[in-house]
Amino acid sequence: MLILGISAFFHDAAAALIKDGEIIAAAQEERFTRIKNDAAFPLNAIQSCLDMGWVSPDELDAVVFYDKPLLKLERILESYHARVPWGWRSFLTSMPVWMKQKMMLKKVIRDEMAQLPGCDKKKLRLLFCEHHLSHAASAFYASPYTEAAILTIDGVGEWATTSISAGKGREIRMLKEIRFPHSLGLLYSSFTYYCGFEVNAGEYKLMGLAPYGDTGSEEFLRFKRLISEKLITVYEDGSFVLHQEYFNYISGLRMVHEKKWEALFGFPRRTPESSIERCHCNLALAIQKVTEEIVLKLAATARNITGLDNLCLAGGVALNCVANGKILDTELFRNLYIQPAAGDAGGAVGAALAAYHLYFEQERQAEPWDLMKNAYLGPSFGIERVRKTLRLNKSVWKEYDDTEELLSLVARSLKEKKIVGWFQGRMEFGPRALGSRSILADASDPDMQRKLNLSIKYREGFRPFAPVCRIEHAGRYFGLKIPSPYMLLTRRLCSEFWKALPEEYAALGMREKLAVVRSSFPSVTHVDLSCRVQTVTKESNYKLWRLLCVFESLTGEGLLINTSFNVRDEPIVCRPEDAYHCFIHTEMDMLVMDNLVLFKEDQPK
Amino acid sequence: MEFLRDLWLFLKERKKWWLLPLIIVIVLVTVLVVLGGSTALAPFIYSLF
Repeated sequence: MLILGISAFFHDAAAALIKDGEIIAAAQEERFTRIKNDAAFPLNAIQSCLDMGWVSPDELDAVVFYDKPLLKLERILESYHARVPWGWRSFLTSMPVWMKQKMMLKKVIRDEMAQLPGCDKKKLRLLFCEHHLSHAASAFYASPYTEAAILTIDGVGEWATTSISAGKGREIRMLKEIRFPHSLGLLYSSFTYYCGFEVNAGEYKLMGLAPYGDTGSEEFLRFKRLISEKLITVYEDGSFVLHQEYFNYISGLRMVHEKKWEALFGFPRRTPESSIERCHCNLALAIQKVTEEIVLKLAATARNITGLDNLCLAGGVALNCVANGKILDTELFRNLYIQPAAGDAGGAVGAALAAYHLYFEQERQAEPWDLMKNAYLGPSFGIERVRKTLRLNKSVWKEYDDTEELLSLVARSLKEKKIVGWFQGRMEFGPRALGSRSILADASDPDMQRKLNLSIKYREGFRPFAPVCRIEHAGRYFGLKIPSPYMLLTRRLCSEFWKALPEEYAALGMREKLAVVRSSFPSVTHVDLSCRVQTVTKESNYKLWRLLCVFESLTGEGLLINTSFNVRDEPIVCRPEDAYHCFIHTEMDMLVMDNLVLFKEDQPK
Repeated sequence: MEFLRDLWLFLKERKKWWLLPLIIVIVLVTVLVVLGGSTALAPFIYSLF
C-alpha cells in the first residue's frame, strides 16, 4: 500500500511517501525551490519522493493532507466573531487567501498533482488528517515503542495547540488537549517577535540567545515573574491560559500589543538586525525557563494519565532541545523519542502513517529501531551527477577510490583548522543537517565559532554550533546514556573538559561571555556549557563515524562541529550544484562530495 | 461542486449553522477583492493558518 503525505500552505511544505507502513522517502519543498521555509504546494518534493520510491502517481492508494482546512476555518471564523468589530483588517487581508486556496483545497491538490507525469487527478483518493494527530502519528508510529505517551506542542493546528495521547499498537487515543488561543508555541513566538526575530523561523535563535541571560540577575527574575503574573497562568497539570489582553494574534496583524509589552517589560520591541542588549538576553532566558517549566509539567501529566513509561514528542516546541534535555533529566520516562522533523514538515510523514494505521486499519509492529532511517530520507544524486556538475563549472577536483585515504585527508585538513563541506548520500529530512549536507570543522579551535558564523554562515555571531561524536563517546563527553541521533537533546559538556571561568562570568555582557574560552571544545560549548549533541553509530552513518575515528587518532579527541550546509536565510543544500555554489561563494576551504575532493585554492577564479 | 458538498457536510456534522452567513460574507468579500484587483497577500501572523 502506497500513501503520500503532504504538508503545505502554512510554512515548510513537505512530502513523504510510505509503502506498507515503511517510510520510503521524505523531503521539504524549500530544498528544491531554494526558498527558505517555502510553503507552496510541494510539487518538487512529491516528484522527488515518487522518484525515490520508483512509484507513479497512479499507483498511490491515498494522498493525505496534514490538517483539516474546514475545521481550521471554523476556528478562524469563531475567533474573528468573538472579536467583532476588531480584526476587520486582518479578516479582509486573510479571507481572500482562504477563498482562493484553502477552502478549495481538494481542487488545488488535484490540480497541482495533475502536473505530475502519469497522474489522473480524478482517480486520486484525498484524505485529511487532523493537525495534532499528524504530529502525534509522526512521533509514535515512527518510534520503536509498542506503547507510549505522546505529547504534541506547537503554535496551533485546527483548534488544538497542545495534546496528550496514548499510543498502543496501531491506535492513538487523544486524552487531553489545550485549545486556541492558549498556545505555548504562540507564546514563544510572541517573544521571538518582541526580541526582533522572525516569527516561525527565529524561535531557535531565541533559544540560542537565552543562555546569555543571567539567572541571578534582578532583571531576569523580574521578567520571569511578570510573564507568570501578567501573560500566562499555569496550572499544576501543565495546562495554561494566556491573558489575551497582551496578545494580538487572534484577530490582529501582529503577535502582541507592543505598547502593553513595552509598559510591562520597560523596553520597546527590538527592531530586527539592531544590536542585542542584556535585556533581550534576560527576556529570552525568562521565556525559555517558563517554557521548560510548562513542558515538564505537561510531560508529568502525560506520564500520570497514560501510566506509560515511553514518551514520544512532536510539534514545533519539541524542537526546543533545551526543554527536551530537561525532560530527560527528570527521568519521568524510561525512553524518549523525538520526531526529528517535529515541525510541520514532519506532519507529512505523520499524516501518511495515520492514514495507513487508522484509516486503512493496517496493523503495526514496532521495530527495535525508529522508522525515520536517521532522517536520511531525501534524494541522493550519485557520483556521475557530481562529476557532471564539477565539469560544468570547470572545477578542479581529485577522486579517491580508497575511502580510508579520503578520510585520512579530510581528518588531516580538519586538524589543520580547515572548514569542510560534507555532501554525502541521501539528504536529511527535517531542520537539522546530520552528516549528509553538513559543514564540518574542528571543535577545539577557539576561533572557529566566530569564523564559521561570520565567514561561512554569515549569521549572528552569538549562535553556537552543535557537536557530533561517535555513540561510543556520548557518555565520556556529555554523560549521555541514550543516543541523540537527531541533535534534539541539549547536554552539559562533562566537567573534565571545562576551563576555569573568570569571576563575575554570569554578569558579563554577551560579547564578553562569547570571548571566554569555556572548554576544550569552545566552538560547540554554549556560554552555559551546554551542547546540542548529535551521536552517530557505525550503522547510521559509517563514513562520518569512520571520519570521527580517524580524526580522533590524529588529535586525541573525536568531536567535530557539525553545522548545516547553507548560508544564512538559505535552505540547506540539496543538489551537487547547490553545494558547489555554496562552497565557492563562502570561505569554505574544502568540499567533499561523495569521494571527490575540491580545495578552494585550486579552483579557477 | 465538491467544495459546497464538503461544506454542507461539515456544517451538518459540527452543527455550526451560524457560520453559514459568515461564509457567505467571505465569498462576497473575496469576489469584491478579486474584482477590485487587489492582491491576496497572506498576513504573516501565525494563528490564521
